[in-house]
Amino acid sequence: MPDQLIFGMEVFLNGLMAGVLYALVALGFVLIFKASGIFNFAQGVMALFAALTLVGIMEGEVPFSHLINAVFGTDVHNFGWTVPALLAILLTMAVMVLLAWLVNKLIFRHLVNQEPIILFMATIGLAYFLEGFGDMMWGSNIKKMDVGLPQGINDWIDAATFDIFGYGFFIDNLDIVATVVAALLVVALIIFAQYTKQGRAMRAVADDHQAALSVGISLSFIWVMVWSLAGFVALVAGIMWGTKSGVQFSLSLIALKALPVLMLGGFTSIPGAIVGGLIIGVGEKLFEFTIGPMVGGATENWFAYVLALIFLVFRPQGLFGEKIIERV
Amino acid sequence: MPDAVKTDKILLEVNNIEVIYNHVILVLKGVSLNVPKGGITALLGGNGAGKTTTLKAISNLLKSERGEVTKGSITYRGKGVQHLVPSDLVKKGVVQVMEGRHCFEHLTVEENLLTGAYTRRAGRGDIDADLEMVYTYFPRLKERRKSQAGYTSGGEQQMVAIGRALMSRPETILLDEPSMGLAPQLVEEIFNIVKDLNEKEGATFLLAEQNTNAALRFANYGYILESGRVVMDGPADELRKNPDVKEFYLGMSEEGRKSFREVRSYRRRKRWLS
Repeated sequence: MPDQLIFGMEVFLNGLMAGVLYALVALGFVLIFKASGIFNFAQGVMALFAALTLVGIMEGEVPFSHLINAVFGTDVHNFGWTVPALLAILLTMAVMVLLAWLVNKLIFRHLVNQEPIILFMATIGLAYFLEGFGDMMWGSNIKKMDVGLPQGINDWIDAATFDIFGYGFFIDNLDIVATVVAALLVVALIIFAQYTKQGRAMRAVADDHQAALSVGISLSFIWVMVWSLAGFVALVAGIMWGTKSGVQFSLSLIALKALPVLMLGGFTSIPGAIVGGLIIGVGEKLFEFTIGPMVGGATENWFAYVLALIFLVFRPQGLFGEKIIERV
Repeated sequence: MPDAVKTDKILLEVNNIEVIYNHVILVLKGVSLNVPKGGITALLGGNGAGKTTTLKAISNLLKSERGEVTKGSITYRGKGVQHLVPSDLVKKGVVQVMEGRHCFEHLTVEENLLTGAYTRRAGRGDIDADLEMVYTYFPRLKERRKSQAGYTSGGEQQMVAIGRALMSRPETILLDEPSMGLAPQLVEEIFNIVKDLNEKEGATFLLAEQNTNAALRFANYGYILESGRVVMDGPADELRKNPDVKEFYLGMSEEGRKSFREVRSYRRRKRWLS
């Protein structure tokens, strides 16, 4: 087999893995957009915030230590304990639920029936505030995250591919874990949305706020629920990205990668977020591998957006977006 | 207050309410009405008379449209309900079927019906039984249970909306303009089902309707609204015989049906004073 083809296959697999992470972020966008029509620009920052909080709790850091020290003249930084990963994840989840509740209580409850552009602006504001807030709470240094996920080359795949092609593929164990987790998450979310009472109410709210109110569905409850779910997805995404490349403020920029994923998959489709993520992940890696060298590389920055623009022209609702029902 | 109403138990009492939208637009200027248990009470009037606003004031859906009740009171079973959120009212047994059908388009017909039971703590068995009950009143919905509601016909969507409200096991249904945009035959079918539900299930209805003729045939009592005021009320058959109602709302006069051109203009301009 020609080397080029084998390398291509490896690139393809790595693209799939990268796509899973894009998809995880896109998933959080879809949830909130579906239920409330809000395009949540802060989803990426939520992933960052969740990751910061998780690391902070695990390391036993004192939140707001700068502030506390400045006000009281103390010098506290650390509680002096560490928290096991699982417990820390649960605590972080509780923080994300609290965040969801506050966001609705303080912001979106007052913006009911406003134009989508105003809601979007509010989420931009939220994104920047949350970034600063996370900084204030946990400090701005780059943190290493280790919740015990396996990392490094998968020896089994390396050996197996070496036997077949005479060339061992480099696949990161973490990427495999991320894929499995993402798959489980999607299945769970779909089951939740399709077959449970709250999931049905969530879809009902997405279709018609007023009618949902009239049958006795509490909008604020559904919104807090959806933002909590998005917070959970953000936490999962934060763990994966954080473990891969450290918890740092560039983490919030993955939101920008999720945007073309959404255009491709459709803003309202959970499976669409996944398929869109995979297509973008594979597409940009393969494009960089095949065309990249001819045009001087660095195509990964713009390829996803070009693909998304093409989709916007020919299929604006995305691959799996809800058809706009029009009766004649 | 006429005797017919006095003797019945009043479930819902609206007392001289005023509703203002956006802090400036006065839509209701003192509306009072009573809804007796087990009756069909009609709320009649033309476009913009305030029918929908009255219903929304009762069900507390006004808030999300930036409207508020600034004067008067609304009581249900003798207790004030103005400060309840819509979901509490549904739990108390008051549910609104909104005008213009408002189905959940992307949900199937059956899922639409199931959302109606959202506030209930009932088990799966009870809910299934109620689903069957709705299907016996609306056999068409059973055939289309798996279709997305957005793709069903206008009449079917109206049935979904009513059926969905029934799933909350309501005591009182606020039904807003069920005839809107439907063929006369369907209007008849829907009203017959409403009458059936009223007689067999004992559901109380407050029915807002522009189709005065149909509404007065099925209702027990009627209120006529005009620019935010109740201008006339009475038992349905009396209203139907009233010459003013006949001329203004039923298009009839003493000399029989007339074309719009011939209606005497001074009479059309006449306003009732409350």
